[in-house]
Amino acid sequence: MIDYKKKLAPLSLQTKSIFSGHPIAIAGLIGFVMFVLIALLAPWIAPQNPYDLMVLDIMDGLLPPLSKLGNGTTSWLGTDAVGRDILSAVMYGLRLSLFVAFIATTVGSLIGVFLGLLAAVKGGWVESVIMRAVDLKVSFPGILLALMMLAIFGTGVDKIIYALIIGVWASKARLTRSSALSEMQKEYIDAAKISAIPNWRIMLKFLLPNSIAPVLVMIPMSLSGCIGAEATLSFLGVGVPITEPSLGLLIANGNDYLLSGKWWISIFPGVVLVSLVLCINVVADRIREHNNPFLKSMNMQ
Amino acid sequence: MIKYILKRLWHSGILAIVMSLIVFFGLYVVGDPVEMLSDDEFTEQDKIELAIELGLDKPLYEQYFTYTGGMLQGDFGTSFVYNRPVLDLIMERLPATLEISLLAMIIGLGIGIPLGIFSGIKNNSRASKIISFFTTVGYSTPNFWQAIILIMVFAVFLQWLPASGRGLTNSMFGIEWAWLSLNGLQHMALPAINLAIYKICMQQRLAKSGTQEILYQEYMTFARAKGITRNRIIRRHLLRNILIPIVTITGLEVGGLIAFSTVTETIFSWPGIGKLLLDSIHMIDRPVVVAYLILITLMFVFINFVVDVMYAFLDPRIRHQK
Repeated sequence: MIDYKKKLAPLSLQTKSIFSGHPIAIAGLIGFVMFVLIALLAPWIAPQNPYDLMVLDIMDGLLPPLSKLGNGTTSWLGTDAVGRDILSAVMYGLRLSLFVAFIATTVGSLIGVFLGLLAAVKGGWVESVIMRAVDLKVSFPGILLALMMLAIFGTGVDKIIYALIIGVWASKARLTRSSALSEMQKEYIDAAKISAIPNWRIMLKFLLPNSIAPVLVMIPMSLSGCIGAEATLSFLGVGVPITEPSLGLLIANGNDYLLSGKWWISIFPGVVLVSLVLCINVVADRIREHNNPFLKSMNMQ
Repeated sequence: MIKYILKRLWHSGILAIVMSLIVFFGLYVVGDPVEMLSDDEFTEQDKIELAIELGLDKPLYEQYFTYTGGMLQGDFGTSFVYNRPVLDLIMERLPATLEISLLAMIIGLGIGIPLGIFSGIKNNSRASKIISFFTTVGYSTPNFWQAIILIMVFAVFLQWLPASGRGLTNSMFGIEWAWLSLNGLQHMALPAINLAIYKICMQQRLAKSGTQEILYQEYMTFARAKGITRNRIIRRHLLRNILIPIVTITGLEVGGLIAFSTVTETIFSWPGIGKLLLDSIHMIDRPVVVAYLILITLMFVFINFVVDVMYAFLDPRIRHQK
């Protein structure tokens, strides 16, 4: 099977060996960094604040790309039904989509890693409970669990983050546990135990740094998964509220106008969404390939 | 083998009970159905009577047993919106979901696996790289966005295929099916392709990595050394071994397809259970949501059970492990 037990080299070295000679992965990384920058800087670089109803003018509604707005500025990507500038809406939507996905991936992964370590160190009933919960989660498609959660708790930015966290933690817990278990058979852990170092310290100081590599490899994949899931749920109308549209909700808003030839409302957010996920997935694939010694040795043959 | 099956059956039973508890308490306890069903003209007395009528005055565990008891006799409650038994609503719509899911599965496996094996064997060829590029784009594109593009291209610009509804249905075994008529098949095409694209990409990637891993195993080298023909090696040694991960994923994906059909059905107005679920969530039709989730949970438990047993059947190592 795949051997993930690879020590973490310094980050700069890692990055260099992952990306050198792989132009597509480099392009993906550059694209991703660009999207993150746009999302971070959106309030300063967007032509208008799409959430501020005062600046919206219904007379500017449904204008095609490159139209002049009532206040004399040009709307590069056109406007939607309420006169919201699509370029600004996409920037803010990107901001919200990335924010939701980042939080969900980070918190979900932290919970997963913690539970995985706990299961490995404690064993016994703690381990059984955690691993049964993992089995339970893994046997259901994420989208269904998220719909279930949102049906129970209602919608909203916080609710969708919870729903996404539910989707992220389980696979991380499983991975961490299995790599921590194999790590625990090594002598330095025995030595630590004999030295009467408390369990929690062994967990955090020794097991965590040595068993986290496989989880880190999975993180880009989780991130793109969360972005896609949030977009899907928002598109279906059970995600973010209409007042703070994410990319998915922007696409849904434009979907009603698509058949009447007003393509720009949906198409631009859609193109950004797909490019964002694609950039992350290309990088994720490359990182996975790099961390799979089996594939590497095969490519050398 | 029997011992293994019994053990899996025991696990499945526990899984089913735990999930039904989560769904029931999650949905039946959060929020107040009395508030939802009553309007401004209801007095306090009316509300209490309504609560008694719905059995909400009883302790929680009793409500749960009443519900599951009714469920075992096929009584899943009555929809608030349609005012009809929930089970009837779901059963009516199930064939529509099954037929597009199955068609998508056939397309996905039929195209994905051969593509994957091909790109695994010819790993460094140009064709393989092009295939892999397209599948990466394919699985990076959210399902609903693919649907929008499909509608734009095939229904709006080319006008080859209809973009919504189920078309004409014909009856077989007392059930209405769309695939029995040309018109129905045309209506099935876009939703089924929409569901299948993701499957093709998944299967291609799985089959590719499986092929690559097996290609360099010692028994493959040995088979080549023995002078066995290429086709026979692919059939006997390669296909059999890549089948194990594919069977697992495919089994789980049958459920995944039905879950994902919520998205596809909503966009293509396909009258299946997925659209029913979303409509019910929007209209807060709780009996339907609860029944759908419990039924789909049971279905998943069943699928997982079948997959585990098949897995053990294909791979003797699993059934002999402790």
